[in-house]
Amino acid sequence: MQKPILEVIHLKKVFNGTEAVKDVSFTVPKGACFGLLGPNGAGKTTSMEVIEDIIPPTDGQVLYKGIPRNDSFREEIGIQFQHTSLLNFLSVKETLQSFHKLFHNAEDLNELINRCDLSPIIDRQNNKLSGGQQQRLMLALALINQPNLVFLDEPSTGLDPQSRHNLWAIVEGIKKEGKTIIMTTHSMEEAEFLCDEIAIMDGGTIIAKGSPQSLINTYCKGSAILLPRYAFGMDPRELPFSWRMRDDMIEIDTDNIHAGLTRMLDLDIELSEMHVRSGNLEDVFLRLTGKQLRE
Amino acid sequence: MSFQRLWAMFVARNYEFFRDKAAFGWNFAFPFLVIIGFGIMFGKQDLKQFKIGIFPADNPALAFTDGTVPTSLQTSKQLQFIPFANRNDGEEKLQHFKIDLLLERSSATHSYWINDSSPNGYLAEQIFLASFLPKDHQIAEKRIVQGEHIRYVDWFFPGVMAMNMMFSALWGVGFVVVRYRKNGTLKRLKATPLTAFEYLSAQMLSRIFLLMFTLCIVWLGSNLIFHFRVHGSHLLIFFLFFLGGLNLCGMGLVLAARGTSEEFASGVLNFISWPMMFLSEVWFSLEGAPEWVRTFSQIFPLTHLIRAVRKVMNDGATLAAVQSDISFLVITTVIFLLIAAFIFSWNE
Repeated sequence: MQKPILEVIHLKKVFNGTEAVKDVSFTVPKGACFGLLGPNGAGKTTSMEVIEDIIPPTDGQVLYKGIPRNDSFREEIGIQFQHTSLLNFLSVKETLQSFHKLFHNAEDLNELINRCDLSPIIDRQNNKLSGGQQQRLMLALALINQPNLVFLDEPSTGLDPQSRHNLWAIVEGIKKEGKTIIMTTHSMEEAEFLCDEIAIMDGGTIIAKGSPQSLINTYCKGSAILLPRYAFGMDPRELPFSWRMRDDMIEIDTDNIHAGLTRMLDLDIELSEMHVRSGNLEDVFLRLTGKQLRE
Repeated sequence: MSFQRLWAMFVARNYEFFRDKAAFGWNFAFPFLVIIGFGIMFGKQDLKQFKIGIFPADNPALAFTDGTVPTSLQTSKQLQFIPFANRNDGEEKLQHFKIDLLLERSSATHSYWINDSSPNGYLAEQIFLASFLPKDHQIAEKRIVQGEHIRYVDWFFPGVMAMNMMFSALWGVGFVVVRYRKNGTLKRLKATPLTAFEYLSAQMLSRIFLLMFTLCIVWLGSNLIFHFRVHGSHLLIFFLFFLGGLNLCGMGLVLAARGTSEEFASGVLNFISWPMMFLSEVWFSLEGAPEWVRTFSQIFPLTHLIRAVRKVMNDGATLAAVQSDISFLVITTVIFLLIAAFIFSWNE
């Protein structure tokens, strides 16, 4: 078994009497992409920042390569923060050059510029970049020191589909190089696409952990039958199934599609516009964290 | 400590300053405008100190035709005569401190009015009464001070440059660091091997470089107009300004060592800078001020910077003559830097 590159042991963080992170433990194998999922305020970013050594833990321990983090930790990690800013009035090139000088083991700048597709904006000032361009620059800064361990905190938030897919391609490339990635995201599609292992957090603790498929198999192993609202000749509340509204569609959960369809035919439900889909990570997420709004 | 990292931050901060055209221009324009403005205002030696109203009169020329006002008073460099059509108009101005003394023209008894609440009124009254004494009346022996006079602009210039240095250092370091902490720039830098000491040193050195650059440009520009008289060493003045700038940047770093509120930082910077500006003799001398005010003013680095530079520039003082001020600046600079390094936080 691959030795973990990172071990998080009983991590706890308290801010002014409020426990933001309560006894979080997990390990990340070398070369894996590990996702931290959770609703707003679940403690993902706080956990990340403690692990990154940006803020100190209240209790617990973080081991990197089997030992507590030391001065070389910052030389070996790359971080893309959720909220951050760069020096004003510097161009993309000057920003990269400035950060390049901060590390001993910095990557060749031309290679990094090509990898993150920064050539078209290389002379543009930081404060004149679009959201997608800023994210690409932030990712380039996170990779500038050829890190062994890359932290990505909601890297695709606010990006259009093109930029998001471009970002995913870059992250895939990082994975292929054998680097370890720890990321947070609100996009279940992103987590399912990129992550090898996922931990779902809520209320400052990890409530489920495993590969995306194992989580789906454990918590949503059935399928869902989707039908338009008008296909039902009865009040949906009278249906003998577990169901939920999704836009103007009714989604019915079932472990056995054949049995479910037979029962619907018995109830004279119109099936001509029926869709069937298998369970996904979003189903797991909603099942585990509930549907009530979070702050 | 890595000089490469320090240099990277030094260069990046300089890029920022030189490309921020508004801030860059203002750093040069502000001291230059103040010096030119005050140079013109106070450069004239015949500045009128007191305003004397006279009625009834439509213009100042007519006011003196009947000999009511003694000739010595009419020709005084310190007095400005303002005509009024009637007594009521004059009295209203007197009540509102707009004039210091009101005279009635053609009055056999030389009637005059003053406002008892006005200190200037008392002095104007004494000048008016003294003007009736015979020209050769002498109750004290007059002597003229020997040597070259110090022009107001030569006294004023070091104060303005030091004041500009103070604002630039406190805001350019203190305010900027708080803004960087608030918007997450510092957090981004913390995720690198850059140390707090390297970052703070780079900030301070960058600001010092800019301060000295500004000083040289403004000095050279102002000198073309005013031809400053420097009695001491230019090198010593440069050193004193360098030391003062270092000290004020250190103070800025202490004020910015923690916190993310720009409003609070601005309030603290104002709280520090305004008393320092008024009590460090930038604008006026504290001679005659209460002893405790003069003692209190000694806690400000700006007081020592301005005093030392004026001694060198106006009196030709040597390094030894200003060593107490230099010692104060060196010691407090070290204290500021130690405190800043100890309490500095990258995060909110």
